[in-house]
Amino acid sequence: MSDRSKLVDKYFRTENLPHIWCPGCSHGITTRAIVKAIDDLGLNPENVVIVSGIGCSSRAAGYLNFNTLHTTHGRALAYATGIKVSNPKLDVIVITGDGDASAIGGNHLIHACRRNIDLTVIVFNNSIYGMTGGQYSPTTPHEAFGTTAPYGNIDRAFDLVKLVEGAGATYVARGTAYHALQLTNYIKKAITHKGLSVVEAVSSCPTYYGRRNKLGDAVAMIQWMKDTFVEKRAYERLDEEQRIGKFPFGEFVNIEAPEYTDKLYQMINEVEARHEAGV
Amino acid sequence: MNKKALLMQGNEACVRGALYAGMRFYSGYPITPSTEIAEMSAVLLPTVGGAFIQMEDEIGGIAAAIGASIAGKKAMTATSGPGFTLKMENLGYAVMSEIPLVIVDVQRGGPSTGLPTQSSQADVMQTKWGSHGDNSLIVLSPNSVTETFYLTVEAFNLAEKYRTPVVILTDEVIGHAREKIILPEPGEIEIFDRLPPLEDRPYRPFGVEEGDKVPRFAAFGTGYRYNITGLYHNESGFPSNSQENAKLMLERIHNKLKDEEIIKYEKYQMEDAEYVFLAFGSTSRSAVAAVNELRAEGYKVGLFRPITIWPSPEKAIDEIASKVEGICVAEMNLGQYVLEVERIAAGRTKVSHLGRANGDILRPEEFVNHAKEYFNER
Repeated sequence: MSDRSKLVDKYFRTENLPHIWCPGCSHGITTRAIVKAIDDLGLNPENVVIVSGIGCSSRAAGYLNFNTLHTTHGRALAYATGIKVSNPKLDVIVITGDGDASAIGGNHLIHACRRNIDLTVIVFNNSIYGMTGGQYSPTTPHEAFGTTAPYGNIDRAFDLVKLVEGAGATYVARGTAYHALQLTNYIKKAITHKGLSVVEAVSSCPTYYGRRNKLGDAVAMIQWMKDTFVEKRAYERLDEEQRIGKFPFGEFVNIEAPEYTDKLYQMINEVEARHEAGV
Repeated sequence: MNKKALLMQGNEACVRGALYAGMRFYSGYPITPSTEIAEMSAVLLPTVGGAFIQMEDEIGGIAAAIGASIAGKKAMTATSGPGFTLKMENLGYAVMSEIPLVIVDVQRGGPSTGLPTQSSQADVMQTKWGSHGDNSLIVLSPNSVTETFYLTVEAFNLAEKYRTPVVILTDEVIGHAREKIILPEPGEIEIFDRLPPLEDRPYRPFGVEEGDKVPRFAAFGTGYRYNITGLYHNESGFPSNSQENAKLMLERIHNKLKDEEIIKYEKYQMEDAEYVFLAFGSTSRSAVAAVNELRAEGYKVGLFRPITIWPSPEKAIDEIASKVEGICVAEMNLGQYVLEVERIAAGRTKVSHLGRANGDILRPEEFVNHAKEYFNER
């Protein structure tokens, strides 16, 4: 027990461990990155709220010793919106997966971005529905295999970074389970950022996605991230041919814009004052 | 103090009642014929420091309201048929995780998009059985603008007291009718707030302390860190697959609403009644007119009006069934609540149904004709 991370003792509900994730799943790396970011920032755990939806990634919430809310499939952002509006001093972090965030919860995702409400969204993107056993999701690559894409996926995949940028998110970054240090830094900046932040955490599901697509074991899948993902600035220097088979990671959006709860309470305070003055 | 009589619409009375009860958060999505509830909330909530948010869809409307309640605010959402259907999953979530919440369903004609601007009472079974699983919740049905105000206050009180979603089941007629109302002064009606954790013992988020009806509620951000989930969970709120735990938990959630305090109904001309109309909501207004007309002609008829629809007023209906010759269940649908009355009556009295689902209210003469048919055949 003594050699386990101090972060586990400090922030995990150890009585609820071990977790349900398969051996080799990278969700633990991403969950650690979130906890490390919270620890580095010195956030008061009493004010940290973790809201999750449904799926493998969303089970992370229950293991973490904060105010944790495991909601319905796709709806985490709507629940989180109600919490943040009701108590803007809380640090509200949404843990969601690719299917949870961009399929069943896609509407809530784009509208939370549009409002620029001060929530931090961490999308554990493993390109598959893991909890239900390997069906294709909106981020499953074209022609990849899933149990519901036995002859290859004919859908085209979302680029989550572009999706949320287009919807109005004011901080957008992509990290991977291999680039765990950078991932932690993006999450820290996302939490500190005033407005809607999205960090896409590229994750690996060796059990369902890896096996079906013959990508090797857990280590091979992490190695694939190392070989495939290129830091954004370096990626931009590559010519078109060099970019084939590569993906950028890094910070894509970091802008300031009016935040929703600020504007809301400014309006409420003005109306309340006018009302009390009898105007 | 002289109280001023106001002319008010049912939907506005609902918002006024909600504010009286302490509503500080509303989230919803526009839908006829409930939209005035959202509009009035948008106007009035900021005047008391409360927040209104128009969500991207009906599902977001209820989900954000549940989130607000978890953060400690009294929250409401309102909708009508198609939107109510969309809210079903998260209504079940509020049942399972025992979140105080008020949901208004201003009924319109269905199925599907149906008759958006006309009335119906065809959601009565959906309120109870619409969400999957063995749902237990409270459903209240007002029959006037004034009662809409008072039952909305009551709905918030019950939601807080029993940690449960409460549905206010109104309809297009009650929602859009304008009637005289005299609003109570602050303090005239007792307002109940959810009980906070006891400080002399460890907090059990889903454990019931001795003498309490339900688990105590710690709002997120008040220093009690715990887990809330829609999965079956143990007293700490962590998911549990134990079948023994599942049984105990579901039974507790089910049984907490078997409290006679929740049951409200009204009797009219029932003392010597041989034949009884059972009607709720706007339909009960026509029933009163019919009872008066029939009584004037010497027929011994009465009206039983459930105000609490779910849990059904089982004891009162049981007593009526053992006394009267016939019960006519009148409702604007093809036969829903009549099934519950038949179940309770269990063949002891003749139960008939008077209903229609074409958007039109049931008229007094339909009640009169229905009763006379019974008396003529007797």
